[in-house]
Amino acid sequence: MSNVALEKAKVRPAGFTGKIGKFIKKYGWGYAFVLPSLLTFSIFTVIPVFWSFIISFQNFKLNGNSTWVGLDNYFTAFTTQSGVFVEALKNTLTYTVFTVTANIFIGLTLAGLMQPLGKYAQTFFRAAYYLPAVTSAVIIAMVWRWMFNTQWGFLNFLLSLLGFGPVKWLADPDIALNSVTLSTILTVPATAVVLFSAAMGSIPKDYYEAADLEGAGPLRKWWSITLPLIKSTTLYLVVLYTISSFEVFERIYIMVPSGVGNSTQVIVTQIYQNGFQQFKYGVAAAQAFILFLIIASVAVVQFRFLKSDVEY
Amino acid sequence: MATSVVKLASNSNPRPRLRPGKIVMWVALIVTAFIALWPMYWLLVTALTPTENSIKTPPDLIPIHASLSNFERLFARAKDYPQWAINSLTITLTITFFHIFFDTLAGYAFAKKKFPGRTLLFGLILSTLMIPVHVTLVPQYIVTRNLGMINSLWAVILPGTADVFGIFLMRQYIQTLPTELEEASRIDGCSEPGVFWRIILPLSKPALGALAIFTFVRFWNAFLWPLIVLQKSNNYTLPVGVASLQGEFSTDYGIIFAGASLAALPMIAFFLIFQRYFLEGVRMGALKG
Repeated sequence: MSNVALEKAKVRPAGFTGKIGKFIKKYGWGYAFVLPSLLTFSIFTVIPVFWSFIISFQNFKLNGNSTWVGLDNYFTAFTTQSGVFVEALKNTLTYTVFTVTANIFIGLTLAGLMQPLGKYAQTFFRAAYYLPAVTSAVIIAMVWRWMFNTQWGFLNFLLSLLGFGPVKWLADPDIALNSVTLSTILTVPATAVVLFSAAMGSIPKDYYEAADLEGAGPLRKWWSITLPLIKSTTLYLVVLYTISSFEVFERIYIMVPSGVGNSTQVIVTQIYQNGFQQFKYGVAAAQAFILFLIIASVAVVQFRFLKSDVEY
Repeated sequence: MATSVVKLASNSNPRPRLRPGKIVMWVALIVTAFIALWPMYWLLVTALTPTENSIKTPPDLIPIHASLSNFERLFARAKDYPQWAINSLTITLTITFFHIFFDTLAGYAFAKKKFPGRTLLFGLILSTLMIPVHVTLVPQYIVTRNLGMINSLWAVILPGTADVFGIFLMRQYIQTLPTELEEASRIDGCSEPGVFWRIILPLSKPALGALAIFTFVRFWNAFLWPLIVLQKSNNYTLPVGVASLQGEFSTDYGIIFAGASLAALPMIAFFLIFQRYFLEGVRMGALKG
């Protein structure tokens, strides 16, 4: 085969000569194939990231009269609108801790419950859990807002059946954020279910049989076989859900459009308000980098803790 | 913990019988499926029920007053609604087309071609996955504005063409393809673009299906960026438009959810038809969020 290939290579008209020519001939197509992606990628991601970093140190004006302000935007980020960003950070963190924990727990439980089922039953449940995940977050949030309605909402109707008075789910600043969190948790974490059940399904049955021979109980098997072997999936999901929770926007924007005081402000609603409603571009950029910093450090810590070398 | 008990108990039992553990398991699964699907059902019920029947206690749990009157009012009063659907479709189809082509091309190069800097470039691309999109919002907005593209569909399409996930997905898939076919076609005198077009692209169909579906869903549902750059009603995409119904018709839930359900229906149908690819795609890691 290689002989023929060599012949072909020789016969091919030599358009390029010299070292550069050889290089292009050998690698040119590789570069050509990644070029379109690299271009769009540089223009729409890489360059904006650096530019955004620069803007975060400027009092940026669209008319070109931008001035350098050093770290001012990073300070203003915390002090503007009487410090609502601090509140937003706290809210985001609370939301993230609860939703990530619940998502992992629910995902693990449901995937575990589905494991002994037949193929069709598994497919059915996976599809049922997944359906809301393909629906726009905007629409899901709109339905939840309607179900949370104090007067006509479905949830207060359910409570009234049980004899409880109406709850001001989204209107009460003390519980509005919890209501949003609740709505996220009750939207079953479809990705976790699908990935966990795939991971569990790929654990070799012999491991459990060997454990049976050793006389290990079900709990022991769960703890010593299942959990360690799905660790990398767990890590992936924890990081995934942490990032998406830190970036929560649609739910808040739709369910509490005007915000209930500061109690439902989160990082991204702040970025949106500062950048695109008050046109403080520098402050918005600074807040975006703070978000970036938080996400990056949390992800690094999570990788450290959950990193697994187990292969099977 | 209950999970494992149920699971292992049933494994060690060759003839499955209905035991308390099994019943609890089924009930738990069915109840959660019910909770997961309830908002979808409620969306449909509210859309079909004339508003005056939605705002009463107890609400209609099944749509006994079902009619299409909400939809009629929607089209009479939200005149731009069909335009939103056209905008959404245009944007989503264009971006999906770009992704299929560019991602497969790059994925192929990263998987099979050898060139200096390949690992570095790929690593660089992957590392940006960590960067929240919000970091690029401000500069992208400024560029969009300076180019005079605010309120143009291109403002949504162009930034949407860069895609890390797709490149990663296609690279992973193309790596698993046998190299012999490519080599054979090269020996037969096939040019490099020809190899890509005739060999790689057709062989990548299963992964392309997943990529296309996920790209489509992701951009059909995209919200924040379109919300920022599309500021006139007739330029809205469906999610932005539907969200605006909430402000416009405040308590007229019938009209709001008629709009919302119509926007959700294509995705639901799409999912039910291509369900297998979706779940396969999730497993391949194509889903973000």
